[in-house]
Amino acid sequence: MPALLTDYTLQTVLLGAVLIGVISGVLGSFAVLRRQSLLGDTLSHAALPGVCIGFMVAGARDLGSIMGGALVTAVAAALMTVAITRHTRLKMDAGLAATLSLGFALGVVLLTWIQSRGGAAQAGLDSFLFGQAAATTRADLYPMLGLVGISLLGVVVLWKPLKLMTFDPTFAAVAGLPVHRLEALLTAMIALAVVTGLQMVGVVLMTAMVIAPGAAARQWCGSLLGMVVLSAVLGAVAGAVGGLASALAPGLSTGPLIVLTATLIALISLLVAPHRGLIPQWYRQRRRRQSTSTDRILGTLYELAREHDDWRYRVEQGAVDAYHGMVTEPQLVALAERGLVTPVDHLPDEGPHWQLTEAGVDHAAAREARQRGRRRSRS
Amino acid sequence: MAAMDPPAEERPSARWALHTEDLTVSYGDRPALWDIDLNIPPGVLAGVIGPNGAGKSTLLKAVLGLVPLSAGHVRLFGRRYREQRQRVGYVPQRSSVDWDFPTTAVDVVTMGLYGQLGWLRWPGRRERDQALRALEEVGMETLADRQISELSGGQQQRVFIARALVQQPDILLLDEPMAGVDATTERSIIEILGRLRDEGRTIILVHHDLQTVQRYFDWLVFLNVRVIAAGPIDSVYTARNLRRAYGGQVALLDEGGRPTEASDDAGAAD
Repeated sequence: MPALLTDYTLQTVLLGAVLIGVISGVLGSFAVLRRQSLLGDTLSHAALPGVCIGFMVAGARDLGSIMGGALVTAVAAALMTVAITRHTRLKMDAGLAATLSLGFALGVVLLTWIQSRGGAAQAGLDSFLFGQAAATTRADLYPMLGLVGISLLGVVVLWKPLKLMTFDPTFAAVAGLPVHRLEALLTAMIALAVVTGLQMVGVVLMTAMVIAPGAAARQWCGSLLGMVVLSAVLGAVAGAVGGLASALAPGLSTGPLIVLTATLIALISLLVAPHRGLIPQWYRQRRRRQSTSTDRILGTLYELAREHDDWRYRVEQGAVDAYHGMVTEPQLVALAERGLVTPVDHLPDEGPHWQLTEAGVDHAAAREARQRGRRRSRS
Repeated sequence: MAAMDPPAEERPSARWALHTEDLTVSYGDRPALWDIDLNIPPGVLAGVIGPNGAGKSTLLKAVLGLVPLSAGHVRLFGRRYREQRQRVGYVPQRSSVDWDFPTTAVDVVTMGLYGQLGWLRWPGRRERDQALRALEEVGMETLADRQISELSGGQQQRVFIARALVQQPDILLLDEPMAGVDATTERSIIEILGRLRDEGRTIILVHHDLQTVQRYFDWLVFLNVRVIAAGPIDSVYTARNLRRAYGGQVALLDEGGRPTEASDDAGAAD
C-alpha cells in the first residue's frame, strides 16, 4: 500500500480525481439547487465536438487545445439552450435535451471522421467518451488546477449574488443584480467543471459527477455554505476512492469507479441522512402512527369499561381487533410494558383478555379530557 | 434629455409614491397592460384588484423593471425604479421560489440586505440584528433559526415580508400575500401592513378577495388590462366599477362601434 501511494502514475491520477471531485462538487451544488441537473448532462455531451475540433486544430492530442475546444462548444450549447428557451415555446428541459442530442451527434460524427482518416495521432480520442485516467500525465494536471482555481475564486467572489440568484432570481433582479449575466457565468463555470473531468471521467459520466456530490450534500446540510463545502469534500472522497480502487484492481477503469463511488455516497445519503433521509423519515412516520394507534386502543378499552360501568372490565383481544380492524396485540403489549394495561386470565376458551390498570384509567381519562378541550377550542 | 428635465423633487410626479403614464406591456401578441395612468399618493394602503389575467402581477413587475415596457413610463417619488431600489421593498408570490433551499428564516431576511451591502461586503453581526428585528416586526423572531422548508405557508409569507422590511422601504409592493395562508395569518399580515402605513409608508398590494377589500384598503385600483377605476376606496368601490372590472371582455379603446360598455350589462349576471 505505501509503495502504491508513492507510485507516480497513481499520485497523478489521485490528484486529478480529487480536483475533479472538488470542482464538480462545488458547482454541481448550484446546479442541483437550481433544478438544472440536466444542464451538466447537456454541457458534457456538447463538449465532445469541441474535443474533436480542438484535436483537429492542434493536429495532435494536446490537452490544452482539446479542453479549450470542449469549453467553447459546451458554452455555445448552453447559450443555444438559453436562446431556445427564451425565444420559442419550448421549456428548459426540452431545450436542454435538444441541445444535448445535437451536440453529442455532432461529436460522434466528428470522432468517426477523424478515426476514418487513420494515423497514429488519433489514437485515444475516443477515450474522452468514458475517460482514461491512466493516460493522465503530471503536465495535464496544470490546466486542470488552473480551471479549478478560477472556478473556486469565482464562487468565493460572487458568493452572495450566486446565492441570491439561486434561491430567488426575481428578488435578485429587483435588488439590481444582472441575473441573466450571472446565469450565463454560472453556466460557463459548470462547463469548466465538466471540461476539467473530460480526460479522466469522460463526457458521458461527468453528468453524474456534477449531480451526485451536490445531491448527497443537500441531505446533510441546512445552509448553502455547508452544502457546498460538504459537496466538495464528498466529490474529493469519491475521486480518491475511485482512483485507489482502480489502482488496487488493475483493469478496472478509473472514471466509472469514481462515478460509482459518488453515486453510492448519494444513494446512502438519500437513504440515511437524519432529517431528510428516507429511512429516518419512514421510521418517524411509523412511530407516529404506532403511538397514535396505541393511544386510540387505550381509549377503546376505556370506553368499553365505562359502558360496562366497571373500571376492571376485562376486554377480549378479539373484540379490540374487530373494533380497530387490525391485529392490536403489539400495541396492547406496548401498553402493558408502560403499565397501562395488564393481561388477565378470563374465559381462556375465548382467547386473551386485557384489563386497564389504575394508571391506564388515569392516562385514558386525561387523554379524553385533552381531546374534549381541543374540540371545544376549535369550535 | 436629462439636461432638460427639472430636478426630480420638482417634477409633478414627485408628489406621488407611484406614478405611471401610458404604461403598456405586452406578452406576445396581446397587451397584458394597456395605457395605464396611475397616481398613488404616499402613505396609503392600496389594493390592486381585478379578475384573473387582468395584469395585476404584471403591473408590479412593470413597476420593478422586471418586464420590458412596450410604452410609457413609471416613476416612484418622481424617479425611475433603478434610482430608487433602496426605497422599494418587494414581496413576490410565495410559490415563486423553492422552499426546499438549505437556509434559515433569518438568513432569508438577511438576503434582503444584499443589495445595500454591495457585491463584496459580507453580512455580519449588524445585518443579523437588523434581520432579527425585521422578523420581530412580523412576529417570527422565535423561528429565526428554523429551516425554511419546515415553516408553514403563513410563516414563509411572513419571512418574505420581513425580507422586504429589513431594508426599511418607503414603498412596499406585495404580490398576493394572502394567497394560501390561513385566516389568522391573513389578519396578522393586514395588521402589520396597517402599522407600516401608519408610519407613513406606502403599501401596494395585489389582492383577489373582494369580500375584504373595504376593510383592508384606503385606496383602490380596479384593473382589467386597463385601469377601470382608481382612487380613494369610498369613491371607487362601487357596484358599477365592480361590474366594469369583472364583467367579461374589456375593450381597449372606447371608440364608437366597439362593444365598450357592453360588459356593463354582461357582467350584471355574475
